[in-house]
Amino acid sequence: MGEAIVITSGKGGVGKTTTSANLGTALALLGKKVAMVDTDIGLRNLDVVMGLENRIIYDLVDVAEGRCRLQQALVKDKRFEELYMLPAAQTKDKSDVTPEQVKDIVLELKREYDYVIIDCPAGIEQGFRNAVAGADRAIVVTTPENAAVRDADRVIGLLEGSKVPAKLVVNRIRPAMVKSGEMLDIDEICQVLAVDLLGIVPDDERVIKAANSGEPTVMDPSSRAAIAYRNIARRILGDMVPLMQLEERPGRLRRLVKFLGMG
Amino acid sequence: MTDKQRITIKGVKDGLIFLFDDQCELSELMEELQFKLEKSHQQLLSGPLVHVHVRLGARSLEEEDKERIRSLIRQKGNLLVQSIESEAAAEEGDEAGMQAFKLMTGMIRSGQTVEHDGSLLLLGDVNPGGTVRCTGDIYVLGALRGMAHAGCEGREEAIIAASLLRPTQLRIADVISRPPEEWMSGDASMEYAYLEDGRMQIDKMNQLARMRKETMLFKGV
Repeated sequence: MGEAIVITSGKGGVGKTTTSANLGTALALLGKKVAMVDTDIGLRNLDVVMGLENRIIYDLVDVAEGRCRLQQALVKDKRFEELYMLPAAQTKDKSDVTPEQVKDIVLELKREYDYVIIDCPAGIEQGFRNAVAGADRAIVVTTPENAAVRDADRVIGLLEGSKVPAKLVVNRIRPAMVKSGEMLDIDEICQVLAVDLLGIVPDDERVIKAANSGEPTVMDPSSRAAIAYRNIARRILGDMVPLMQLEERPGRLRRLVKFLGMG
Repeated sequence: MTDKQRITIKGVKDGLIFLFDDQCELSELMEELQFKLEKSHQQLLSGPLVHVHVRLGARSLEEEDKERIRSLIRQKGNLLVQSIESEAAAEEGDEAGMQAFKLMTGMIRSGQTVEHDGSLLLLGDVNPGGTVRCTGDIYVLGALRGMAHAGCEGREEAIIAASLLRPTQLRIADVISRPPEEWMSGDASMEYAYLEDGRMQIDKMNQLARMRKETMLFKGV
């Protein structure tokens, strides 16, 4: 029996879908059988970020309403043998499926796969309830902005109410801005939210480029965000991985200058 | 008449004190009062003007019932009701306050509200977007970053105290205060908010004793 993890945030645009795509891919990279479920019915994105848009035949609503079998709707990834995605419907609405239906689908996927990654829509309405219904645990994504932290707090409260343990991922951190005090620092966020920190992801332009080309960032090991996502995936598996050092390590020359006391 | 006395009349220096029993029915009291005034204690009614203080004991009465007592006594020309006092108001308030003291452990997150009739001690934080509302005091052993409303039914003596007082908004009775526009709390020490002349004030926790003037008994020297 696998484990279902919902990726949620409350606020839109903080990187739920990007995180879902990258963690799903990173877990597959580590040799796990992974199914990703897009529950953002009406505004599906996960297929685009994964570059699988043109392979969709059936979707979540079709499965829920019994128009096809679950296996028929699952889209196999182009890169990994054991990475699948269940796309959301683009034409329907969040209210066209019930939490029970999603729960049943997730349960069925858990029998087959090691990890079921559920991409949750923004908001706390029906779409959120659908996404959380079948989840064993949650990853709450936030960015170092007050609005995102507020919404994350609200969502953590709701998750606690449904007895889904939550961990935190702080996304799109700009080390320079944190250092200058213009951006909330990670300690501050963790103090307010009071949940375990699962990982931090630095802001990286390559994430945008990768999403546009349908190639998850995590495939490119030269990207710092990719390393961050890989670390998070390893922590999901239970490995102890130290938090990423946000500051760029100074070059050898700089260190020499500093050592000589001239810097 | 029953044998048990429900009303005791005492003479004091400046008049009479009517001690009312606080266990029996009000109607029985009224009956006995009438009986006493008209029949058994008629000697009181003759003579100069006498001030009467009515003591109700633990009974609390509506204004109209008090008026009935007043008019009954007043009927007899020379009696003048100075006061009708009840220990109930003070005692009940105190007791209720103590009984309604609630201890709560947990975090109040955005969108969550805790309401309580009485005073609340919260072991945990109140996050921005979270609300605590009490008819009494609010004490937070943790960070208060959200909204707290103490004395929400009008108790102006209510206070809001927190280990870390960084609220988005504070309310005591009908007064609303928005930090940091109106005040900035200083360092990270335990502070409390209170009302003084209808304005919200913040002070260090060690000043509370001065405000409340409660006597503390210390053992030893």
